Amino acid sequence: MGWLFIAPFVLVFVAFLLAPLGYALYLSLFTKGLATGTRFSGLENYIHAFSDPQFLKGVWFVIRFSLVLIPVQMAVSLAAALVLDQLTTKLAKFSRLMIFLPYAVPAVIGALMWGFLYSPSFGPMQQVFSLFHASAPFLLSQDNVFYGLLNVVTWQWAGYYMIIIYAALQGIDPSLYEAAKIDGASPRQVAFRIKVPLVSSALVLILIFALIGTLQFFSEPQILGPVANGSITPDFTPNIYAFNLAFGYAQFNYASAISFSLGIVVFIAVYIFMFATRKKGSTLS
Amino acid sequence: MSAATAAASASASAPVLSPPRRPKPRRNVVAHTFLGVLVLYFLVPIWWLFVASTKDAEGLFSGASGAMWFDRNVNLVANVQDLFTYNGGEYLRWLGNSVLYAASGGLGATAISVLAGYGFAKYKFPGRNLTFALLLGAVMVPMTALVIPTFILLSNLKLTDTVWAVILPSLLSPFGVYLMRVYAAEAVPDELLDAARVDGAGELRIFFQVALPLLRPALVTVLLLSVVGTWNNYFLPLAMLSTAKLYPLTVGIGLWSQLASSNNGGGHSLWSLIIVGSFVSIIPLVVAFLTLQKYWQGGLSLGSLK
Repeated sequence: MGWLFIAPFVLVFVAFLLAPLGYALYLSLFTKGLATGTRFSGLENYIHAFSDPQFLKGVWFVIRFSLVLIPVQMAVSLAAALVLDQLTTKLAKFSRLMIFLPYAVPAVIGALMWGFLYSPSFGPMQQVFSLFHASAPFLLSQDNVFYGLLNVVTWQWAGYYMIIIYAALQGIDPSLYEAAKIDGASPRQVAFRIKVPLVSSALVLILIFALIGTLQFFSEPQILGPVANGSITPDFTPNIYAFNLAFGYAQFNYASAISFSLGIVVFIAVYIFMFATRKKGSTLS
Repeated sequence: MSAATAAASASASAPVLSPPRRPKPRRNVVAHTFLGVLVLYFLVPIWWLFVASTKDAEGLFSGASGAMWFDRNVNLVANVQDLFTYNGGEYLRWLGNSVLYAASGGLGATAISVLAGYGFAKYKFPGRNLTFALLLGAVMVPMTALVIPTFILLSNLKLTDTVWAVILPSLLSPFGVYLMRVYAAEAVPDELLDAARVDGAGELRIFFQVALPLLRPALVTVLLLSVVGTWNNYFLPLAMLSTAKLYPLTVGIGLWSQLASSNNGGGHSLWSLIIVGSFVSIIPLVVAFLTLQKYWQGGLSLGSLK
C-alpha cells in the first residue's frame, strides 16, 4: 500500500533525476569529434575537465565565493533573527517582513535591479559619491565583481535564512530564559550560550542550502554578464561554462561531464560539511 | 473634595481597568537602529525600481530629483501601457506562462510530495529505507546540474521547446517530500489511522479525510516553496525553450536585457520596459507573501524541526 503513495514520486524521481544523471554519465564517457564521429573515450572527458583551466577557474571562483558569502549571510541573518526575537514592537514586525521580501523577488530581477543601481548612468551611486567629490566604483568591474555579486546574493537570501532562524528561535521554551536570568546570565550569554546552540540544526540546514545554492551559481552572473563590460566571462562559474559549452558550442558530451563533475563536487562538499557538523545537529539524518 | 474622591476612585479602579502591567519593553535604541539600517538596505533596490518605473525614458537618465526620487512628470500608467503592448503584448504572454508554469509545477510537486511524504511516514514496505536514503542523497544534488542532461534526454523525446519541458522537471521536489515526511510522522497519530481502519475506511479515504486536514500547514509551506521556486526559475526554462512565445517572465526579461545591452531594441527604449516589467513581475509574489503571512511564517522553519 505504501508503494502506491510514493509511486508518483518514484516515477518523477526516476524520470527527472536518475535518468538524466545516468544519461549524463553515459554521454560523458563519449567524445564527438569532427572527423572521428562519436566514440567511446572512457574517463577522458573527466581527465580533461579536471585539468581544464576554464572549469577549474570556475570551480575555484564558486568555492572562494561560498567561503566569503556564507559567513557574511549567516552573520546578517543570525544577527537580524536574534534582534527580532527580542523585540515585539510594531517596527520589529514590519522589519521582519521587509527583510524577508527579497525572497519573493526572482534572482533574475534582483540581479537586474542591482545592476541598475551599480550602473554609472542610471544608478544613485554616482550621485552619492559626487557629494564627496569622488567617483563611484563600478561594482561589476574586473576587480569588484566578486563583491558586487556578493551583495546581490546576500540581499536575495539573507531574509529567507533570517525567517528560518527566527521561527526556530520562537520555538524555544521561554522558561529556559527565565532560568538563565535567575542564574545571572547576561542577554549576550543567553543569546550565544542558549539561543544559538538550540537553533543549530536550523543553522546547519541553512548552511547546506547556501552551499548547494552557491556552488551552482548561475542566474545572477548570467544576467549581469551583458552589463558587466566583460568581467563576467563565459567560464565564470561551472554552470555558466557548461551552459555555454552545450548551447554555444553544442559540446553536449563534454558539457555533460562538466555537469556531472559539478554534481560530484557539490555532493562531496556537502558530505564533508555534514560529516563535520554531525555532532551538533542531525538535520538530514 | 470631589477631586479627591475622583482621584481616589480613579486609583481604586485603576488596577481593575488595566490588567497587571508587564514591565515596559526596554526601548532598545541600538537594536532598532540596526533594524532600521537593515530595512533600508533590503528596501532600497525595490524602492528604486518603483521610482524608476514611474519615469519616462528621459527622466530615467537625467531625472530632476536624482535616482531615488520621482521625476516631475509621473509616467507610470503610460509605461505600463507601453509594457503590455510592446511587440504584440509579449510581456502579458510571458506573465501568463509564468503563472501556468508556477501553478502547474507548484501544485503538481506539492501533490506528489504530500502523497510520498505520507507514504514514507506511515507505511512500512520493502525498499522504504533504501528509497528514502536515495531521496536524501537527491536533496544534495544541485538541480541545475540536472538541467543540461535533462535537456538532452527530452530533446531525444522531441519534448524540448514545449511547456512540458518546463513543467515536468519542476515536479521533482525531494526536499518537499522530506518536509512532508518529517511533518506527517509527527502530526498524524498512528492510533487515529488505526481507528479509522477499524471503522472500515479504505486507505485512500483515510488519507483524504483523516490525514490530509492534519497536514495542511506543511502542505501550504511546500506549495509556497515550490510555486516560488518555479516562478523564479531561470536556468531550466532558459535551456529548454527557444520559442519566445513560451518564455516565462524571468527568461523574457533576461532576453530584453540582453537586447538592450547590445542596443538591439530597434529604437525603442528597452531599458524603461525592463524596469517597469521587473516592477510588475514582482508584484504578484510580494502581494501573496504579504497577505498570506500567517501561513508561511511558521511553516518555513519546518525543515529544521528534526
